[in-house]
Amino acid sequence: MLQIEGWKRVLIWATCAIGLLFALPNGFYSKVETYNDAKDAGAEAMGWPSFLPSGLVNLGLDLRGGAHLLGEVKLAEVYTTRLEGFWPEVRNVLREERSTVGAIRQQDGGEGELRVRIGNPEAMDHAMKIVRTLARPVSSLSGGLTDDIVVSSVGDNLIVTLSEAEKLATDDRTMAQSLEIIRRRVDEAGTREPTIQRQGTDRVLIQVPGLGSAQELKDLIGTPALLTFQTVVGQTSNSSGTAGIGNELVQSAENETLYYVLERAPVVTGEDLTDAQPSFDQNGQPAVNFRFNTSGARKFGQYTTDHIGEPFAIVLDNQVISAPTIQSAITGGSGIITGNFDVTESTRLSTLLRAGSLPASLEFLEERTVGPELGQDSIDAGKIACMVGFVAVLIFMAMSYGTFGIFANIALIINVGLIFGLLSMIGATLTLPGIAGIVLTIGMAVDANVLIFERIREELKTAKGPARAIELGYEKALSAIIDANITTFLTAAILFFMGAGPVKGFAITLGLGIITSVFTAIFVTRIMVVIWFEWRKPKTLEV
Amino acid sequence: MRLRLVKQHTTFNFFKDWKIWIGISAVLVILSIGSTVTMGLNFGIDFKGGTTIRAESTVAVDVAAYRAAIEPLGLGDISIAEVFDPSFRADQHVAQIRIQAQEGQESVASDVVLKLEAALQDVAPGITFPSVESVGPKVSGELIQSAALAVVIAIAVVLIYIWLRFEWQFAVGAVGALVHDIVLTIGVFSALQIKFDLAIIAALLTIVGYSLNDTVVVFDRVRENLRRYKQKNLSELLNQSINETLSRTAMTSVTTLLALISLFVLGGDVIRGFVFAMIWGVVVGTYSSVFRGQLNSAATRREARLV
Repeated sequence: MLQIEGWKRVLIWATCAIGLLFALPNGFYSKVETYNDAKDAGAEAMGWPSFLPSGLVNLGLDLRGGAHLLGEVKLAEVYTTRLEGFWPEVRNVLREERSTVGAIRQQDGGEGELRVRIGNPEAMDHAMKIVRTLARPVSSLSGGLTDDIVVSSVGDNLIVTLSEAEKLATDDRTMAQSLEIIRRRVDEAGTREPTIQRQGTDRVLIQVPGLGSAQELKDLIGTPALLTFQTVVGQTSNSSGTAGIGNELVQSAENETLYYVLERAPVVTGEDLTDAQPSFDQNGQPAVNFRFNTSGARKFGQYTTDHIGEPFAIVLDNQVISAPTIQSAITGGSGIITGNFDVTESTRLSTLLRAGSLPASLEFLEERTVGPELGQDSIDAGKIACMVGFVAVLIFMAMSYGTFGIFANIALIINVGLIFGLLSMIGATLTLPGIAGIVLTIGMAVDANVLIFERIREELKTAKGPARAIELGYEKALSAIIDANITTFLTAAILFFMGAGPVKGFAITLGLGIITSVFTAIFVTRIMVVIWFEWRKPKTLEV
Repeated sequence: MRLRLVKQHTTFNFFKDWKIWIGISAVLVILSIGSTVTMGLNFGIDFKGGTTIRAESTVAVDVAAYRAAIEPLGLGDISIAEVFDPSFRADQHVAQIRIQAQEGQESVASDVVLKLEAALQDVAPGITFPSVESVGPKVSGELIQSAALAVVIAIAVVLIYIWLRFEWQFAVGAVGALVHDIVLTIGVFSALQIKFDLAIIAALLTIVGYSLNDTVVVFDRVRENLRRYKQKNLSELLNQSINETLSRTAMTSVTTLLALISLFVLGGDVIRGFVFAMIWGVVVGTYSSVFRGQLNSAATRREARLV
């Protein structure tokens, strides 16, 4: 008759107990949060017993407040830079063959290509063959090896581009580098628990809780912060003037009408920096102190020794921030950047320089900021709505099914506890739609019990005795419960894989809610009904 | 004494007036499609691109003054709407400002937002901006695609599942009812011009799940009755099965609505549209699960026996 084996009972109650234990920390949210922060910081953590689980449900940005950015990395920029850097090699090998290929000259190429005009177009095949010798092997998609460059020609122009395999490899490197630098910059700013993820081929998702505006975040990560030290050839006020081959025209940051003609090849770049700190110059103006690594220090020392009395330019993101004259050889490997800064700017610049420069620029496709107050309002409103809906369902169930309704209610309370326990265990994020998912689960979770109870009512009319009716009720309702919940679970799963951000949070709570509600309906209420039945041994039954 | 929503034993004949019910559903579906075609949907920035700014002030919102302050910035199409919610404090006045996606830009440049915020600060000193969201056209295009895809995949997956578990006629009936529910929901969003954004797609998919939940329960009973009463004809069986599950359908709909209505009233204005979609979906889904027998019988008219 109505029986559940002892080990099954232990298993069911143990599952509930473990789930509820994991949900427990969420009841003391701020306390546990402080405890976890202290633990992460390596300090002695107080205020929460260390033998208890301390995992919390993460709050999404819409509840906690913070900034969300979706950026696209301009991968193609790196191709151009790569080929630019390839030019000296190409020039050298072609120069050696000058007698056959004739004079060579770099042309303005399109995006992602290097164009070289050669004097004797008849010798193009020969030139292409020479340039091809520079190719390095990269592993291709099919697993074999292929060249990293593709050499072709149009008329008297020899064109070098990156091969597809090399582009893919470059993309991966660029993305990894960008993510790393963004992470460092965000960490430098001291914000907590940022999310920085690669999405698709060229996108980066950045979420920083507790940040007041997306603008702050954009300032921090959107700036390439490409620092170079370049030789100054001259100055001009003509923005359309030609700089000459190998040179470039760069605007001054302080004076919009002033342009510097600079040698394109930098003396030293920001990559050689090991440290940068905000400081003040001898006039008390905010400035940035920097230190080079050994190779940077050597190059910079050599250059300053050779060019005393000449100006050199400090260029940041295509603007000359200052162009001091070299007073003496700087061999110590450290120096100071002065410019028209205030303290905030010098602090930000030093942060950016420390973290390194982005390999390519970022374009922002999506940005969202939610203030912490709005998030808190949403949490409060969500809590009240949950409570009221919860109580309404509890009362309604008790009125409809009496004792059995009470069992369903206890199961429902355990159910909500289990949802929070699971959310904490897997470290899922709770969003505002996620709260809606919980409320919906509260409403729908009783469905399985309703199916069972209605079935018991029906069986009572025909079956022999209450025990048999209960047994048949559970047995016959099972297929409907399983089928109905699998279909809902399928839609939740699709929502999870297709949806973004907050909607995903909804799919998670809905999906978990389905699992826990089936568990509580099939096992938890059943065990309660069985225990009650063994205790009361009723002759008749009213459901 | 127990609370009973539905009498213990019912013998409604849901098939008697099937022409009327099909007629009502057909009219509603046509109205929904008509409304969606003529009035369109009030797409949120998730799908259209653009920026929404939530502005909160301690003085009453003056929409005209806000508009006058923003218009000189030349941001194109702007809409300003005051937001009301019972949970607001007495001196909490909230407005939702929406700017169209700007030409040739992805997400709106922050300097535009800053200018706008400064302009509003002149009109309403002490105004704050608790949420600013901006979506570029590139992302919104993708979001539309993946949202539509999600709904289609959900319907397809469910169709396959029901086909595997039941008979193909059941799957056709279920999906017919499902499309009916979704079309009516989209129709109501168009008729009332409620903001249609990503969360609404989530609501639509939930409706898919809920509507099926009901259907599957009825089908499960039909399957059982088919085995038990070999002599009854199909429409009689369908009718009996709907009657037998009616009490459960009513109970579940009421508990779900109880929870959703409390969320609708107390859950704050941010998710009200989302919750409204689900409430509507539950109502429509319950209606169609009770009266969807017609669709099924239409699909299986010529078959004397199903199994």
